[in-house]
Amino acid sequence: MSSPASTPGGRKRGRNTNPATPSSEGPTSPPSQRRRGQDSSGGDLMPMPTSPATDVLSPAAPQDTSLFSSPRPSVMPNEVDISSPLGYWTPSSRVEGTPSSRVEGTPRSGVRGTPARQRPDLGSVRKAPQVDLQSDQPSTDGAVASEPNAGHRLVIWGTDVNVGTCKEKFQRFLQRFIDPTSTEDENAGLDLNEPLYMQKLEEISVVGDPVLNVNCRHVQSFDAELYRQLICYPQEVIPTFDMAVNELFFERFPDSVLEYQIQVRPYNALKTRNMRSLNPEDIDQLITISGMVIRTSQLIPEMQEAFFQCQVCAFSARAEVDRGRIAEPAVCRNCNTTHSMALVHNRSLFSDKQMIKIQESPEDMPAGQTPHTTIVYAHNDLVDRVQPGDRVNITGIYRAVPMRVNPRQSNVKSVYKTHIDVIHFRKTDEKRLHGLDEEAEQKLFTEDRVQTLKELAAKPDVYERLSSALAPSIYEHEDIKKGILLQLFGGTRKDFSQTGRGHFRADVNILLCGDPGTSKSQLLQYVYNLVPRGQYTSGKGSSAVGLTAYVMKDPETRQLVLQTGALVLSDNGICCIDEFDKMSDNTRSVLHEVMEQQTLSIAKAGIICQLNARTAVLAAANPVESQWNPKKTTIENIQLPHTLLSRFDLIFLMLDPQDEAYDRRLAHHLVSLYYQSEEQMEEEFLDMAMLKDYIAYARTYINPRLSEEASQALIEAYVDMRKIGSGHGMVSAYPRQLESLIRLAEAHAKVRFSEKVETIDVEEAKRLHREALKHATARKRREEVAQALKKLIETKGKTPAMKYQLLLDDLRGQSETAITKELFDEALRALADDDYLTVTGKTVRQSSLQCAGPPVCCCCCVFLGVTRSDVHTSVCFWTRLKKMAASSGLCALNIHSNTKRIRSSHIAVISSTKQ
Amino acid sequence: MPSTHDWINDPLGVVEGMFAASQSSQSSGWEKKAVEFFKEQLKEKEAQTLVPSLNDVPLHYLKPDSLVKFRCLVQDMFDPEFFMGVYETVDPATQARTLRCGKYKDVTESGVDVNSRSTVTAERQTFYCVPIPGENHNQGRVVPSTSYVPSRQKRSYEEDEEMEVQPQKQKETHAASLNAADPHGNGDCKRQETEAPSGQAASASHLDLNFPLPGEKGPSCLVKVYEDWERFKLNDTLQVYGVLSVSPAFSALADEKDSFLDPVGMESAAEQRVHSPPASLVPRLHLLHAERLEHNNPLLPGAALQENSTFLSSALGEMAAVRAELLSYFTHVLLGDALAAEFLLLHLLSSVYSRRDVLPLGKFTLNLSGCPTGAAYTQRLYQIIQQLVPSSFYLPMSLQNMNQIRLVPRKDYVANRLVSGALQLASSTSLFLDETQMEPGQLDPTGVRNVTALGNLITWQKVDYDFNFHQMEFPCNINVLIASEGRSLLPSDCHIHLQPQVAPPHLEEYLSSIHVHPQASSQLNKFRVFLSLARLLDYNISDEVTKAVEDDFVDMRKDDPQSISADDLHRMLVVARLLSLSLGQTSLSRDVWLRSKHIETLRRSRMEQHKSVNGNEP
Repeated sequence: MSSPASTPGGRKRGRNTNPATPSSEGPTSPPSQRRRGQDSSGGDLMPMPTSPATDVLSPAAPQDTSLFSSPRPSVMPNEVDISSPLGYWTPSSRVEGTPSSRVEGTPRSGVRGTPARQRPDLGSVRKAPQVDLQSDQPSTDGAVASEPNAGHRLVIWGTDVNVGTCKEKFQRFLQRFIDPTSTEDENAGLDLNEPLYMQKLEEISVVGDPVLNVNCRHVQSFDAELYRQLICYPQEVIPTFDMAVNELFFERFPDSVLEYQIQVRPYNALKTRNMRSLNPEDIDQLITISGMVIRTSQLIPEMQEAFFQCQVCAFSARAEVDRGRIAEPAVCRNCNTTHSMALVHNRSLFSDKQMIKIQESPEDMPAGQTPHTTIVYAHNDLVDRVQPGDRVNITGIYRAVPMRVNPRQSNVKSVYKTHIDVIHFRKTDEKRLHGLDEEAEQKLFTEDRVQTLKELAAKPDVYERLSSALAPSIYEHEDIKKGILLQLFGGTRKDFSQTGRGHFRADVNILLCGDPGTSKSQLLQYVYNLVPRGQYTSGKGSSAVGLTAYVMKDPETRQLVLQTGALVLSDNGICCIDEFDKMSDNTRSVLHEVMEQQTLSIAKAGIICQLNARTAVLAAANPVESQWNPKKTTIENIQLPHTLLSRFDLIFLMLDPQDEAYDRRLAHHLVSLYYQSEEQMEEEFLDMAMLKDYIAYARTYINPRLSEEASQALIEAYVDMRKIGSGHGMVSAYPRQLESLIRLAEAHAKVRFSEKVETIDVEEAKRLHREALKHATARKRREEVAQALKKLIETKGKTPAMKYQLLLDDLRGQSETAITKELFDEALRALADDDYLTVTGKTVRQSSLQCAGPPVCCCCCVFLGVTRSDVHTSVCFWTRLKKMAASSGLCALNIHSNTKRIRSSHIAVISSTKQ
Repeated sequence: MPSTHDWINDPLGVVEGMFAASQSSQSSGWEKKAVEFFKEQLKEKEAQTLVPSLNDVPLHYLKPDSLVKFRCLVQDMFDPEFFMGVYETVDPATQARTLRCGKYKDVTESGVDVNSRSTVTAERQTFYCVPIPGENHNQGRVVPSTSYVPSRQKRSYEEDEEMEVQPQKQKETHAASLNAADPHGNGDCKRQETEAPSGQAASASHLDLNFPLPGEKGPSCLVKVYEDWERFKLNDTLQVYGVLSVSPAFSALADEKDSFLDPVGMESAAEQRVHSPPASLVPRLHLLHAERLEHNNPLLPGAALQENSTFLSSALGEMAAVRAELLSYFTHVLLGDALAAEFLLLHLLSSVYSRRDVLPLGKFTLNLSGCPTGAAYTQRLYQIIQQLVPSSFYLPMSLQNMNQIRLVPRKDYVANRLVSGALQLASSTSLFLDETQMEPGQLDPTGVRNVTALGNLITWQKVDYDFNFHQMEFPCNINVLIASEGRSLLPSDCHIHLQPQVAPPHLEEYLSSIHVHPQASSQLNKFRVFLSLARLLDYNISDEVTKAVEDDFVDMRKDDPQSISADDLHRMLVVARLLSLSLGQTSLSRDVWLRSKHIETLRRSRMEQHKSVNGNEP
C-alpha cells in the first residue's frame, strides 16, 4: 500500500497518479471519488442525493489522513476484480507516475501496472455519487455498481447513466463497430471490414500513444442512446469509456507497456458546429465547434495537489485542489501544533494548462457582426498543440463558472464565466499541409440543399443560368463569364507521381485584358467575394514576397517563421491579381512556378521548402498604351513574356465594342440597375449563396473522367489546332493547350454534375478556347487577311463586282492558313471601312472611286447587327448615315427603304452612290 | 398600471412586478410583456422626450437604475455572456428563500444561493456603444424637459481655428442652468449647482474609451441586449432606451478583481480594463427598447418619414425655394463658382441606397480641385459644411497625418476588442479630405495602407477591418469630399475644378466675409432640414423616362464613342437622381434628365478646358 508519506517527491507535473482523478470519479463509489482511495474517511460518505455534490466535498478534506479508514477496509485494491470499475482506480494508486517508478510498475503490466493519468479536461467540479433510482440511496459499495442486474438501477447522481450498461455498450461498440465506407485519412492503412477501433487499439499497443480518438458519429450510428448520454453527460460517460477501453486493451494486450492508461477522446460531436449557436443549454455538454486560434497563453502550471509539511515534526499532508482552492490544514495531525503546516511547492503536483482563445471563422459569421471569441483550456498533452492562426475543430465540454460568493460582499455579479475544456483538437487545415487531395473542409449540405442543387443541375440550360448569375451587375461579356465559371469549378486533379510527372494542374488560369473602364476590376472583386479562399491583390501594390512567402524573425521567440503570401493563402482557391501588367518583372517571375507546377519553392534564411499553391489565377491587365491598339498583336499590346502567357488557359479581351445595339442593351442594363428594387433582381438571377453552394458541391463531390468519345474529340481538336499553325511554319498549339482543353472540358462536365466528360463538354471547351483565342488574335489576323484580300482584288483587275462566295473560295485557295467565313467577313468589313470596297448582298464591289461613273462619289458601308427589339434603331441609323454624308459634304444619300425589314442575322449593307 | 414617473424612474420596479406576477400565476412570457410595456409607453406622445438622454445630461445627474436614452453607434460587440436570469436568495437570518429576477441588472441581491436548483441561466449580449462619431452639436439640439437642460454656447470661430486636427472637440461648457421645475421630483438631481463640473472627460484620460475619431468626448456605454441581438449590426446608429446601471457596488466588485480566487481569471489586465471599465466612466445600459436611427438630425421628426405626412408635404413644398437659397449660398462660398456649387449640393445629398453584388449605388464622391491654398480656405469650407450636416469629420491629408493616424479599425486580441479607427463612421457621415495639406515626401507602410483604405472606401464604400489573421469587410455609407489643388490622388466619382470669380488679391478679404450671420440660424435650420430630408426620399424612374435615357445614351455614344463610357452613364444616372431629389421630385422627369445632362456637359467641358490649359495634368 502506498501511503501518502511514502510517495516520493519530485513528481513531474502532469504525471499525476492520483487515483482520485476525475477520470475515476464517475463510476466509482463515493468514498473513493472524493479522496485518494486509500485514505477516505468514513465519516462523510453519504452525501444526500438532493444536495449538490460539491457541497459535501469540502468539509471532508482536512481529516483525510488515516490510512485505512476506508469503508471497505477488507477490499484491498489489488484484490479487486479487474472487471470491476474499482479496478480502474485502485491498483493504479499503488504505482507512482514518475518515470522511475514506472519502470517498477511496468513489468507487472496490465491495467493495474499502468498509471491512470488525471484528466483535468473533464474537470473536477461535479463529483457525483451514484444513486439507486429505486431506493434513492447513494451506493456505497463499488461491487453493486458492477452488478447491473442486481435489481436496482444504479445511475450516477444527476444523470441517467448506469455505469455497467454504459461500459458494456461501449465495449461492444469498440469490438463490433465497422465502417466500410470510411474515408477519413487517419483510418488509412486499416482494414475497413474489421472492427475499426480494435485495430486502433492494436495500433496503440504498437505505437504506445495511449489516446483513442473516437468519432462520435460512429457512436451515434452504433447506439444512439449511448451517443445521447455521451453528449449530455460527458463528464461521467467519458471516464466510463476510459475504463471500458482499458479493460479491453489490457485483456487483449496484457503485456503492453503504456505511459499511462488509455484515454478516450471523442470528437466530431454533431450537436453544435458554430460558436454563435452556443447557448446556456449547452453547458456541461459535449460540443464540437470550429474556429480559428487567435491567442495562446504561456503554459500555466496548475496545482492539482498541494503538499504540506509540518515545520515542527516534518509530518507531511496532502490537500487536493478543489475548484481552484486549497484547504490548508490548520493543525498538524501528528504533533497537534496549530498553523505549522507549510506548503512545499516542489513536492506539490501540477498539471499543464494553457488558455487558448478561439475566434469564429470568418465564413460562419453573419455580415455586419464582429466575430465572437471563446476561451478554451487545454490540458496536459493538448497544450501547445495549436498555434495562433490555426483553424481547428474543437471537441470539449462547455463550462460556465458562476461568480464565487464572497462572504465579505453582500451582492455579486450575476455573470458566469464560460469556457471550454478541450478534449480533442482537430486542425481543419491539417490536410493542406499533408498535401492530400480534395478540399479540406467538407462543406456540409443538407439533404434539401443537395436536392435543389441536383434539380438545378438537371436543367438543360444550367450552364447559361450559372454564367448569367455570375456578377449580374456586369454587363454582357457572356463568354468571359463562362470562362470564369469554368475556372471556379476547375478541372479534375490528377496524380501522375508514379510515372514521374507529378501532379497535373487542375486549375484554370485566366487573363483578362482590355481597355480601361471595362469593369475588369469589378469582375475580379466579384470572384474574390464569391470563393471561400480567394485573395485579391493589385500588381502595383504587391511584391514578390507578398505573393509568395517570406521569412521573418518572430520578435518573441526569435525563431524564424515563414509568413505566407497571397498565392499560398489562396491554395485551393482563386488568386485575383489586378493590374497584372504593372507588376514588376521580378514579381511576375515567381508566377511561373505557381501557374504550372502549382508549388512555391522557398530557399532563404535557412528555410528550404516547397509550399502548395494550387491556386487558380485570375489576372487583369491593361494594354501597354492604356487603350487597346487593334493594329498590334496581343503580345505587343500586353507586353507580357510569352512563357507566362502560355500558362493562361484563356486570354480574354475585354473591349469596348462600340456598337449601337450593344450600347442600347448596356444602357438598359445600367438604368435598370438604378431603379429596379433588390427583389426584382433576385428573381432574375440565382443568388450568390446558391451559386456558392453549387460550386462548393461540384468541387467536392464531382470528379469527372474522360469518356472514350470525348478523348477522341479532344485529340481531333488538338490535331486541328496544330494544323492551323503548321502551315505557317509555326506551331500554334502545344501540349499545354491540350491540357487546357481537357481542364475546360472537365470543368464543364462538373457544371453539369456529370461524372463523365462527354463530347458536348469538349465542344464547349473548344468553343471557349477558340473564342478566347479569337479575341486575342483576331485583330491581327483580320489585318492580314484584309491585306491578302486587297491584293487578290487588285489582281482581278477592273472587275467592278465579284461574287461573295467566289471571292472567299479564291482567298481560301490562295492562303495557307484556314480562313473562316467570319474572318472573311471581318476582313471585308475592314476594307469597307477604309472605303476600298462595298458589299451589297452577295456581291462585292470595288468602291465607286475606282468604278467608271460619276467622278465624285461617296460610299458608306455600314454593317449593322439589328436585334428584333430594335425596330426604331434604323431611325438612328439613318441619322448617322446622314451625318456621315454631311461631314463628307460630297453626296446625298439614297438609302434602301427596306432597312426596316432587316433581320438580326443579316448583315445589312447600304451603299449609296450619286446617280 | 404604473404611472409615468414610475416607469421612467424605476423601470426595474415595473419589471420585478411583472416577474412576481408571473411567478404566482405561472404564466409564461412575462419578459415579452415587459418589453412590450416599455415599447407602448414610449409610443406615447412626448414620452420619448421625457426620458433623459445620456448624450445631453452628464452622468452624475442621472439617477441610477432609471430609464435613460442614448443615441449611439455600435462600436464593438463583445462576446455573449451568461448570467443568472432567475436566482434564489436565502435570508441568513430567517433562511427564507426568495426567487429573484436577474434581468436588467448587473449585480444580484445579497445572499445568493449559487447552487440552487431554480437558478435559470440566461444569455445576453454586450455592445460597446459610443456617441455618433463626428456628430455636430452646433445644430441646436434641443432636448426639452429632461431634468437637466444644458444650454450650449455656440462655438466661436476663434476656437475653430485651433481645431484643425480635432474639429470635433466639443467645447461643452455646461452653463448649467438647472431646470428649476424638475418634473420628476427626482431627489438625486435636485442638487443646486451653478456650474456642472466638466470632470467627466478629464478623468477618462487614463482609460481609452475607443472613440473612432480623435478628440471626441462624451459618454461611451456598455449596452446589454437581452433579445434579438442578431438584428443589430456593427456601426448601426441606435436610439437606445434602457436601465442605467452605475451601481457603486458593481464598481467595487470590478475593482476587487479576485485574480487568484477566480478559477478562470486568465483574462489579461488589458482585457479586464476594456470589458469591465469603472461604471462611473462607462455606464452600463440594460436595453429595454432600441430604434435604429435613419438620420441623426434633430430637426427632423424621428419616426419614419412616410408616417409624418404633414411634415413631409410642407417640407417638400419648400424644397425648391430652399434649394435656390442654398445654391446661392454655396456659390458665394465657392468663390462665385455656380457650377461647383451645384455639384457640392448634389454631393451632400448623396447616399448609398443599394448595393448590387459588390457595386454600391448612389455614391457620389466629389473631388473639388483648384482650391486656393492660402487663407485656410479648405478649413473654412469644412466649417460651413459642418454647420449643415448632422455629422462630419475633417481629415487633413498631411503626410504626417497619413503616416500616423489610424484609419482602419483593428482587432486587438490582447484586450479582445476592436480598436477603432477614423473610418469607423456612422452611415451618412460627411468625410472631408483636405489634400491641400499634402506635401511631397514618403509615405511609410502605414501611410500606404491608409491611402489604400481611403481608395477602397471611395470606390466600394467599404472598409476592410483588420482582424490580424484575416480582414473583414464592413460596408459603409460615407460621403467623401476631397479638396485638392490639382486632381486628387484618390479616385472620385466626379471631379470638378474650381473657377474662382474673385480676383486673388481680394481673396483674403472675400474669405473673411464668408460666414453665416448668427441671426440667419433659422435659415441654417432650413438648409439642414433640406439636406437631411432630400437624402431620405424615395426615388424611382418610370419606364418612359428609362427609355428616353437609354436612347440618349445610345445617341451620345454614337457621336463620340471614345469619351462616353458606361462609367459616364453611371455618373449621369446618379446626378439625375440627386438633382431630382434636390428638387423634391421623387421620380425622374425628362426635364431633370436634360438638366443633369446639361450640368454634366458643362462640367466635362470645363475639365477639358482645364486639361488643355494645364497640360501636365494626368
